[in-house]
Amino acid sequence: MADAAAPYRIQGETGEWEVVVGLEVHAQITATASKLFSGAATAFGAEPNTQVSLVDAAMPGMLPVPNRECIRQAVRTGMALDAKINKWSRFDRKNYFYADLPQGYQISQLYHPLVGEGELEILVDEKDEGSAKRIGIERLHVEQDAGKLMHDQHATMSYVDLNRAGVALMEIVSRPDMRSPAEAGAYLRKLRSILRYVGSCDGNMEEGSMRADVNVSVRKPGGELGTRTETKNVNSVRFVMAVVEHEAKRQVELLESGGKVDQETRLYDPDKNVTRSLRSKEDAHDYRYFPDPDLLPLELDDVFLAECRSTLPELPDTKRKRYEDLGITAYNASVLTAEVETARWFDSLIDAGAEPKQAANWVVAELFGALNRRGEGIEQSPVSPASAAELLGLVADGTISGTIAKQVFEIMLETGKGASAIVEERGLKQTSDTGAIDAEVDKVLSANADKVAEYKGGKPQLFGFFVGQVMKATGGKANPKLVNERLRAKLDG
Amino acid sequence: MSELTAKTIADLRDGIRSREFTARELAEAFNAAVAAAKTLNAYTVETPEDALAAAEAADSGKSTGPLAGIPLGIKDLFATKGVDTTAGSRILKDFRPPYESTVVANLRKAGAGMLGKLNMDEFAMGSSNETSAYGPVISPWRRKGSNVGLTPGGSSGGSAAAVAAGIAPGATGTDTGGSIRQPAAFAGICGIKPTYGRCSRWGIVSFASSLDQAGPMARTVRDCAILLEAMCGFDPKDSTSLDEPVPQWEANLSSDLKVKRVGIPKEYRIDGVPSEINALWDRGIEWLKDAGATPVEISLPHTKYALPTYYIIAPAEASSNLARYDGVRYGLRVTGDDGLNGMYSATRAEGFGAEVKRRVMIGTYVLSAGFYDAYFTKAQKVRALIKQDFRKAFEQCDVILTPTAPSAAFGIGEKTDPLAMYLNDVFAVPASLAGLPAMGVPGGLDDQGLPLGLHLIGNELDEQTVFNAGLAIEERAGFTARPEKWW
Repeated sequence: MADAAAPYRIQGETGEWEVVVGLEVHAQITATASKLFSGAATAFGAEPNTQVSLVDAAMPGMLPVPNRECIRQAVRTGMALDAKINKWSRFDRKNYFYADLPQGYQISQLYHPLVGEGELEILVDEKDEGSAKRIGIERLHVEQDAGKLMHDQHATMSYVDLNRAGVALMEIVSRPDMRSPAEAGAYLRKLRSILRYVGSCDGNMEEGSMRADVNVSVRKPGGELGTRTETKNVNSVRFVMAVVEHEAKRQVELLESGGKVDQETRLYDPDKNVTRSLRSKEDAHDYRYFPDPDLLPLELDDVFLAECRSTLPELPDTKRKRYEDLGITAYNASVLTAEVETARWFDSLIDAGAEPKQAANWVVAELFGALNRRGEGIEQSPVSPASAAELLGLVADGTISGTIAKQVFEIMLETGKGASAIVEERGLKQTSDTGAIDAEVDKVLSANADKVAEYKGGKPQLFGFFVGQVMKATGGKANPKLVNERLRAKLDG
Repeated sequence: MSELTAKTIADLRDGIRSREFTARELAEAFNAAVAAAKTLNAYTVETPEDALAAAEAADSGKSTGPLAGIPLGIKDLFATKGVDTTAGSRILKDFRPPYESTVVANLRKAGAGMLGKLNMDEFAMGSSNETSAYGPVISPWRRKGSNVGLTPGGSSGGSAAAVAAGIAPGATGTDTGGSIRQPAAFAGICGIKPTYGRCSRWGIVSFASSLDQAGPMARTVRDCAILLEAMCGFDPKDSTSLDEPVPQWEANLSSDLKVKRVGIPKEYRIDGVPSEINALWDRGIEWLKDAGATPVEISLPHTKYALPTYYIIAPAEASSNLARYDGVRYGLRVTGDDGLNGMYSATRAEGFGAEVKRRVMIGTYVLSAGFYDAYFTKAQKVRALIKQDFRKAFEQCDVILTPTAPSAAFGIGEKTDPLAMYLNDVFAVPASLAGLPAMGVPGGLDDQGLPLGLHLIGNELDEQTVFNAGLAIEERAGFTARPEKWW
């Protein structure tokens, strides 16, 4: 495996090339059930044209009114990205004709965005703190989504579904700070994680609530920036990484064969894993942006901003550091904080009294293993944080051994019963009765006299065998520490 | 004109209240007058049953609002639920909105009924009503000894003609760059454009959003005050609506102008304006002095840039506002033979008239990459300077007096040069750019017997001073002339 610290390079015929990547992410504000400038609902998967108000359909004389909650969520997101919040911003119209755009313009923010510069930190390799890198955010603005054309409903006509028309999007534009497919992937994952922590966007890329325009250019390492292409509407982390990889290779091949990169818009075809040209710069629309005269400038006061800030949750970076301070390994801390649901579940587990380090190991190894097997997310875990804390408590106070704990956990998953009840019911309590343990030890030793001789003759690795036999004989209930002690006394004493 | 249709709204209201006549009699009188005036082409749709329903509600005591039982004409730019709303355009032919504009809803809440929808220049773009898809409105006024058809002005030409002809006691208009005031002047009636944001724009087909403002047109200043009180008010559905209480303009009407200063802008003395108009202006100054006001000369130095500024900003906004008329969801659709783009061009080519196309193209041009800063940005800066001119002027005066239009009504088809047509609004446009309240009041007749108007511009939210100065002029001008019925 490549060293994470080694820069990503494309090997061309003329030597090494570096890729430069910037992402424009469109994230739907899913925290509100209503659109950016109308009261219409935004349910996903609803029947076509059932989530459309008169404003969304751009009926004559209809006017947009900003949805305060959408603005609030975008401001909170900006704060989570450590970005400058602009107390004065304005909406502009981006004019173009298309059948999915009822007004004939999209209301967006070109000249004065709601949120200015910020940044986020990515870990390219979550096991390696040294792989941390800061990626600049250029801006975040809010805008309307368009509707959708349906070409498969009629032989010669296309149909229009306006359910998405007017849905609130945040466009989050990064600096061209990424230098590899892995960095682009890590950026998108991290951004998604932050959005989900804040709660402004559910980050559901399959349902289209998050998608990325991928800007890629190549250059000789450290050289002048090359001409970039923009691949539109890429809808998964994996595809974003694939686009960076393939687009960089395509550009290198093009340049090395004497061609030049056109500044153009491209589309990604995941089935063929290629990008293809959609339109060149010459065909680019003249969007005739100008301030929307139906809307007043957006002015935010300090009370509003303070409220936005006060409702921000603990964010993944802060949480990860706090977990590490609790003695949790860097890797576990990173895994536990990557998804907001995991972090919330884990916080509840600790709040219920579980010892953090032991709890982290258990969640990452046991709980994740079980959920993976069952094909469930942590939100659907049949074992609640409180009952997991009960189970871990029984291990911590020596009531059951780690081995028995695994057994008990399986029963919990199947029956939904509590750990103590299961231990009680099935008599799984750990035995610390030295008399009983000694008796079992003696039985095992006498039944395996040949192995005892071998051990004494210089095969110390057989010790584990004796431990295993005693544990087996006691049904796993013997306190393993005592079993070790007693065996040592008998064999080495 | 029957006895009832000759009355002012104030008199009609009082007559219904005192049971001097019933609202039904009134509605029937107007319905009959409307039906008999088709030659004027003032109405695009007649809704006699609507007027009768409001009358019944008033007579039965169900409706007791300030306009209970008063039938009005509604400019076709206002969305009226279930009634054709076409903005005078082919592209909205047969369009019946499932919603009622806020202004019309407010009038209905006050008890008013609707006589019908009033003809207008297409999308309110025009100063003569000649750009309407329904054909021009013919003014009830005629030059002495002539039967040449005259325009009622525009774009609220149907509203002006209807009120002047006594086929509506009052009407709604909209004013983007003079569309209430200029036709009021041509028709010898009153019309006020309030401060931008007083009337909700919700449900009014947009022309230029930052300029569009609804207002009333009626025979007297008092009637305008009564109507405007009912029309305006804060509307959360319009982001540019002013969250201000509605003053009691009618109750506070007073033609005593003591301590008021009347600004006379020197830049409004324009070459080529007929001497009769300047003479009327001078008479207006005397009338206001007589009412106790002090005239002061003021300067509005950026006036000469107002018209070009307006003809950049208004078309720019219009080019974008009219993009929604694309044949996809409502109104006219011409399929064409070249897919989606073919449908767009065929629909818009057939649906829009020449003046609308001209302005859409001008607007598209001034917003285009490479021209935006030279035109649109510069126009926005000049607009700010024009506002500043007025701010400074209102430190020296309380109300400004100017002529309303640079000529009396002209004949249909007489003005073919668009630039000459645009000059009609030279006095009206600055107040539109500044968002200030402004009213046209009749001042007298020219030597051909046609009405001429005076124009009052007030400070932001100070409609009261505009009304009061208007009342002072009305009382002194003694303008009682009515067109002789020939239709």
